[in-house]
Amino acid sequence: MTTITIDAAGIHYTPLNKQIRQAVRDGASEIILKNVMGQRFIGDGLIGNVKITIHGVPGGDLGMFMKGPTIEVFGNADHAPGNTMDEGTIIIHGASGDATAHSMRGGKVFIRDDIGYRGGIHMKQYQDKRPVLIIGGTAKAFLGEYMAGGLVIMFRIQDEEPYAEMGLASGIHGGEIFIRGAVEEWTLGIGSSARPATSEDIDRIKSFISEFSQYYGIDPVKLMNSSYTRIAPVSARPFAGKYTWE
Amino acid sequence: MCGIIGVIDKQRELMDGSSIRDALSIMDERGSGEGAGYAAYGVYPDYADLYAIHVFYDNLVEPKAQVEDLLETWGMIEHDEEIPTFEQAGIPKIHTPWRYFFRPKTRLMQRSRTPDDEIVKHIVMEVNKSIKGALIFSSGKNIGVFKASGWPEEVADFYRVEKYEGYLWLAHNRYPTNTPGWWGGAHPFNLLNWSVVHNGEITSYGTNRRYIESFGYDCTMYTDTEVVAYLMDLLVRRHGLTQELAVRALAPPFWEEIERMPEDIQRLNTALRLTYGSAMMNGPFAIAVASPDSIVGFSDRIKLRPLVIGEHDNKVFISSEEAAIRTVDSAIKNIYMPKAGHPIVGRTVA
Repeated sequence: MTTITIDAAGIHYTPLNKQIRQAVRDGASEIILKNVMGQRFIGDGLIGNVKITIHGVPGGDLGMFMKGPTIEVFGNADHAPGNTMDEGTIIIHGASGDATAHSMRGGKVFIRDDIGYRGGIHMKQYQDKRPVLIIGGTAKAFLGEYMAGGLVIMFRIQDEEPYAEMGLASGIHGGEIFIRGAVEEWTLGIGSSARPATSEDIDRIKSFISEFSQYYGIDPVKLMNSSYTRIAPVSARPFAGKYTWE
Repeated sequence: MCGIIGVIDKQRELMDGSSIRDALSIMDERGSGEGAGYAAYGVYPDYADLYAIHVFYDNLVEPKAQVEDLLETWGMIEHDEEIPTFEQAGIPKIHTPWRYFFRPKTRLMQRSRTPDDEIVKHIVMEVNKSIKGALIFSSGKNIGVFKASGWPEEVADFYRVEKYEGYLWLAHNRYPTNTPGWWGGAHPFNLLNWSVVHNGEITSYGTNRRYIESFGYDCTMYTDTEVVAYLMDLLVRRHGLTQELAVRALAPPFWEEIERMPEDIQRLNTALRLTYGSAMMNGPFAIAVASPDSIVGFSDRIKLRPLVIGEHDNKVFISSEEAAIRTVDSAIKNIYMPKAGHPIVGRTVA
């Protein structure tokens, strides 16, 4: 167990990422980044089992293409944390920006608070790779847009009113979304359908509820006993016939 | 991609430009070094009742004589000087920035509710359209725009923005995508009291331009953002709309959303969409508009560009990235993302 601490104050993201990579090469098992202020691309393309703890506000594309590491952020994240991430875990103790978990292909992203527009846009899955995005707060419009695979779970811990943001899962053609509570009918985007989650559905997400509750020190009972709405594609080809004539 | 940072102090307490410089510079990646700029309100207290007219001159002979002739025709130049600049490696000084403190002869403009503003608007349009080698890029009272081609920190150091004190700052880091970068194309765009910064593309520019030109505004900057400054001037100063309603006209709700509104609000929104159909802006954008008593931020209706708001004590921040706000105010707690298309207004109370 070697822990390395890096003071990121005033450092551009390129030298910062070089220092992170060097620390991993030197065998660090934990890297603590202090005073992070808007540096983009932290941990991008990083491979291994390292744990990176971030204090501050990382910039966009946190953990992009990452394969294996765990990143825990004590602060908010900017746009697209987990962009095209392959494996590993991102845990944000705060909120995140637009396109959170953009095109994610594997691993898990946990956000304690709200996320911006287009969360989970074009998440995908292949064989045993199944990315998971878990949101404690709520999401702005176009959640799960063009989603091709994977799993999104949204708890809306502070909200009991039905979810009311437009373009929900617009263009979805794979994967599924669980939203705690009800969803307004008009929110559903092109090609998406909604139904109440069954107890079998909820059994499938229970391990993620436990994991989420553990990271943020929340009692899981309320989340376990809530009702959920399941959003899924109507078909695997929602735009068949839109751009071509068959 | 571009970067935006703006801040207003509701009690009009003055801030020097150093922290805004640092905040904009933290978003260097959002630009390409081809344009950056700062607008500051409250910077000319000694000439607060005069129009501060900033001009880029290609040389100080013919264009300068012509501009001064025009100013003397319409009013009086009470003071003028070169705007102090300080050599930066990355900024070839291809223009000389000059400033005039100008008092219009009110009686020369008949048939206007705001004759002085109308005279200055006329001069701005005339110079920018007809006088080769001169460009007016700032024309408000007690307002200064400082911009050039370069990176945020270079442009700030070129003008030494830390020497200016304003209660409202609006700054922009440009990444030009559709037209070349040049000094006049850097943001903020200013006309009279209005300053505008913008990230994105206004794909309805052609329609908006034809509409605004029919009211006597000439688009001369080779980029879409200037229409926003002119539209705000038309809708708020000349048509008397509130800033919130003007933003509703520029970025109205979808018809489906209007259908879900209560009846009276539905009527208002329908009327706005029908009246200002040609002012409606399409495409991806995040915009901040400043005037002497407010700052307004809004994005396009489906949120294709980033925008975050911060509030702390008397200050309201508008930015592309949270880190820029925290660079100015490390103790801020209330930072949030506004709903797409909805204006967030910070207004002075003093």
